[in-house]
Amino acid sequence: MGNLVIAAALLLLLGFAYQQGFARSLSLAAEARKEGRRLHSRPRYHGTLVAIWVLLPTLLVLGLWALLETSALRALIVGMLPPEVAGLEGRQLDSAIARIRALASGYGVAGEVADYEQAAAEHLSLIQNLAFLLVLAAAAGLGLLALFAAKRRISLALRARDHVEKAVRILLMLCSAVAILTTAGIVLSLFNESIRFFSFVNPIDFFFGEIWNPGFATTGSAAIGRYGLLPLLWGTVMVAVIAMLVALPVGLMTAIYLSQYAPHKVRTVVKPVIEILAGIPTIVYGFFALVTVGPFLSALGAAIGLDIRSTSALTAGMVMGIMLIPFISSLSDDILRQVPLALRDGSLGLGATQSETIRRVLLPAALPGIVGAFLLAVSRAIGETMIVVMAAGNSPVLRLNPAEPVSTVTVTIVNQLTGDSDFAGPQSLVGFALGLTLFAITLLLNILALFIVRRFREQYD
Amino acid sequence: MTSLFRSSLQGVAAPPTALEAGDGYQTVRTPDPKAKPTRLSAHDVCVFYGDKQALENVSIDIPERSVSALIGPSGCGKSTFLRCLNRMNDTIEGARVTGEITLDGENLYSPQVDVVELRARIGMVFQKPNPFPKSIFENVAYGPKIHGLARSKSELEEIVVTSLKRAGLFEEVKDRLHAPGTGLSGGQQQRLCIARAIAVGPEVILMDEPCSALDPIATSIIEELIDELRENYTIIIVTHSMQQAARVSQKTAFFHLGKLIEEGPTERIFTNPRDKKTQDYITGRIG
Repeated sequence: MGNLVIAAALLLLLGFAYQQGFARSLSLAAEARKEGRRLHSRPRYHGTLVAIWVLLPTLLVLGLWALLETSALRALIVGMLPPEVAGLEGRQLDSAIARIRALASGYGVAGEVADYEQAAAEHLSLIQNLAFLLVLAAAAGLGLLALFAAKRRISLALRARDHVEKAVRILLMLCSAVAILTTAGIVLSLFNESIRFFSFVNPIDFFFGEIWNPGFATTGSAAIGRYGLLPLLWGTVMVAVIAMLVALPVGLMTAIYLSQYAPHKVRTVVKPVIEILAGIPTIVYGFFALVTVGPFLSALGAAIGLDIRSTSALTAGMVMGIMLIPFISSLSDDILRQVPLALRDGSLGLGATQSETIRRVLLPAALPGIVGAFLLAVSRAIGETMIVVMAAGNSPVLRLNPAEPVSTVTVTIVNQLTGDSDFAGPQSLVGFALGLTLFAITLLLNILALFIVRRFREQYD
Repeated sequence: MTSLFRSSLQGVAAPPTALEAGDGYQTVRTPDPKAKPTRLSAHDVCVFYGDKQALENVSIDIPERSVSALIGPSGCGKSTFLRCLNRMNDTIEGARVTGEITLDGENLYSPQVDVVELRARIGMVFQKPNPFPKSIFENVAYGPKIHGLARSKSELEEIVVTSLKRAGLFEEVKDRLHAPGTGLSGGQQQRLCIARAIAVGPEVILMDEPCSALDPIATSIIEELIDELRENYTIIIVTHSMQQAARVSQKTAFFHLGKLIEEGPTERIFTNPRDKKTQDYITGRIG
């Protein structure tokens, strides 16, 4: 409730500020026109600039309150508690405070409510309301002050447009910083937990171990299992290779057909339909693998005398390959169409057939781009989880035969981190080390892909 | 090579005996008594892109071993006509060609004609130099390889060297035959494209504004080259530059709004055009 009120008030205030700045600059402009002078910036820039000046101090006040509220109120509650409760430590104090907060919010608590709790809760709720109003008033007051100051600054010469564009530029910069900071945060958290894991398990045993048998957390952390990465890595690689064996030829030939042979009408229908494949949730592909492809492969194997398990690297890889077809075909199609028409005409003009032209001129010219698309698809194959959870059989054993069940890095992370885990023992911490490994692999592949794609761009200028 | 067209006349109406344009307009024609025998001949050629007609009933004779220039303002259909001559319009979706174009009396549009071999006989050089992203050698060797013209590596090398020499490029690139063709200057790239076209052993070379992307010096080198090439090849060149047409060609055809307005000996077209439109274009009044 409180946040909604604040947001609404803020919006009203901003709208008002914009209107004020707009109107003020308009009237200034009208006066100036009589003397043959004009505003430097259009009125809407002046309005926007005033709104920005109002937004900044109000956001500052609200932000400060959001940061300080919890600790300030906590200190207040502790001050109201009787000494024997306030003297408690850690979790017990936390739960005492949480009870009072819950009471104050009106949701009620389980069990008997002590008198001191009731009193503290009432006091707290009063203070909370007061503080809310105070903060709102402070923000609004400061905003209004800023509004008047900003409005007074409006003059013919004020370069409001420049200021607004600078503000927009800063906003854009902040947005892109969010993605970068998030990535950095994720890597750091993975890193921290991984280091904790490596305090239990020797990195050499982890990276080069051939046996994966982590044991169960419930048997006590004394029973440290064996954490060999290789079976998982092997499973990942095998599934990814099978997936690419399916996706690359089918996707590439689709791209060649769409970009070179398909009439315009066919293309406008087929391309979006193929791209729908990319929009199917991976868990649905998992069903498909489990219910249709797995039994089919198994029956097929039985018919020709091969023992193929219905959940195996083969099943998971094939379905993942189907999932990746639109990824490859769509990117490669775009890349093939980017090859200058002049090259195609040049080859056809020499009497080359269409297929000679594609094989000898278009594909070599598009190759770096296609390799880039391929590597991006590989990173997806390596990071894909759901299909493998459902269709690969979850058997972390080093096996060469793709018709046998395997397990991958992603599946193992899911296994280790779901259920009751306290993030204290190696059984769950290993998830972070696996995640970090996976991240490193996909990062390298992505860098490689970007590098190749960039080289491709330089080729025709 | 002529076996290609052996049965091409079957089922095709006999070509008209006189060069008369179809309905609507009459092309002004000035015969050239000194002209060499006709090699390539178009009769009532119309081109449609979808519903839009780009070319109306164009008929013209192209003499062998000489340069014929197609001139006219942008969008007049001169490039469209050129692309009809080696059926490059086939590669454009929705393009439709009617009428008849004959090479040595045999119709290029007959269903028996193999487009691939036709394009080996009628080579093309494009507006913008378009070397493949391969080495200089590979660029020239491309055509001979796909047509199987060389039986051995040394034969292939010989074809490449001869073609580069004919295109006047060999001396400049002989030390770096395996450097990328895209690294050459614009004029050199265009001569590389000419060498690439020559390497297939064509009889006719079509040039679509081959100098429009080049500087004046590179242009004059290409023009000299065209003048030399007409000893051996029938050349048809589309150009925006009337000076260029006057300098390199023996026969000129003026196109306007999809129609062939006037054709005749180059000297005659530029000094004493008979049609009002031709005169307006040549004097710069339409363009």
